[in-house]
Amino acid sequence: MDFKKINTPLSEALIATLRTGDEVLISGTIYTARDEAHRRLTLLIAENKQLPFDIKGQIIYYVGPSPAKPGEVIGSAGPTTSYRMDKYAPTLMEHGLKGMIGKGKRSDEVKNAIEKYKAVYFGAIGGAGALIAKSIKSSKIIAYEELLSEAVRELTVEDFPAIVINDIFGGDLYNEGKLKFAGKFK
Amino acid sequence: MKIIKLDQISNAVIDLITHAASNLSEDVIKSLNNSSDIEISEYGKSVLNKIIKNAEIAKSENRPLCQDTGLAIFFIEIGSDVVVKDGTITEGINQGTRKGYEKAYLRKSTCDPLTRKNMGDNTPAIIHYEFVYGDKLKISYAAKGGGSENMSRIKMMKPSDGIQGIIDFAVETMEIAGPNPCPPNIIGIGIGGNFERSAIIAKKALFRNIGTINPDKELAQIEQTIYNKINKIGTGPMGFGGVCTALAVHIIKEPCHIASMPVAINIECHSHRHESVVL
Repeated sequence: MDFKKINTPLSEALIATLRTGDEVLISGTIYTARDEAHRRLTLLIAENKQLPFDIKGQIIYYVGPSPAKPGEVIGSAGPTTSYRMDKYAPTLMEHGLKGMIGKGKRSDEVKNAIEKYKAVYFGAIGGAGALIAKSIKSSKIIAYEELLSEAVRELTVEDFPAIVINDIFGGDLYNEGKLKFAGKFK
Repeated sequence: MKIIKLDQISNAVIDLITHAASNLSEDVIKSLNNSSDIEISEYGKSVLNKIIKNAEIAKSENRPLCQDTGLAIFFIEIGSDVVVKDGTITEGINQGTRKGYEKAYLRKSTCDPLTRKNMGDNTPAIIHYEFVYGDKLKISYAAKGGGSENMSRIKMMKPSDGIQGIIDFAVETMEIAGPNPCPPNIIGIGIGGNFERSAIIAKKALFRNIGTINPDKELAQIEQTIYNKINKIGTGPMGFGGVCTALAVHIIKEPCHIASMPVAINIECHSHRHESVVL
């Protein structure tokens, strides 16, 4: 299968070319955040305060890496389940977030926001944290250090492997894949 | 009488934790390879091959298979002739958990349920005890991730729901879970006991090696039926579509109240890290 090479920040023109099922290799800067970081980021937005990074055009990766060993950039770093961030994701998209990387189904609210704000949801392979870590070239904590693995990190990635789950046209790989293979097991 | 020191328990636990984190056991690797052979979805096959590649990298580079190195779950069998010195078994296991997660650079994932503040050392471990005859102490460990645990369900069913009701509940649970618990999954099912026992035996069922056959013929048949139905859902590896959604279905049953039929479905991810040791 062919891979589409894409770079961050993501432009709307690029996002318009992405379709559900496209396999991509992402390069550039991405940011990490999980449950508590999302709660805090949206709280800052509600209070009209500045975020720890400019989210315009950026990708947030839902990950809580394992600790880096001495000499390593990062530990294992696969995706966590995305639905826990569903409550917060539309607000972040409204304020410029263009991409999310995680695993698992999104709510209708998130899927609608993806169409409305022209964003994209990528799936990465859960449980492939050792493999995925190879595409992460640098890692720096930029906020909420006390959250340990859940702190907000700025990552530099090179050819980070992901697949488009939800595109701006309403495509959903989970629904389409399931429909295609339902009943096919022999 | 056999004396086992707290440090012996702690050291055994450190070894289990550090080894399991980056070494997928033979039964799981074999079952992933089998799945890759039968998967007809291109995405599915590609995912399975990456999962297998990930296991090779984890092993050769001594890296955790998954960043979610789990809550530390233990099933302990304590022989009647075993005496523990210098502390309790619980202390020994928690000490080993604390040291093992630190030593192997594993993620600490226990936190206060309300404040969400991380406990910092992955304790307390979750420990289940059984008392048996003999002078051995058997420690079985699993690193249980949050994603699959979150999709698990329990239901106090009616006796009239019968075997069909159990099958339907298991399949419905996997339908709802979809891509979330990192399929292909191992599904542990606890039937009977009471509210908490059904969940404990569902967890225990996950410890059985994949590929082994349930000695209870009726349960073996139910396992096969549920396995087939789950793989017909179409979820596939990581939910991208396919015919490999379950790697195995394991059932344990226990007697229950005449009014009840508790059923617990405990889902485990493909990164099924389980090991045991006998002292």
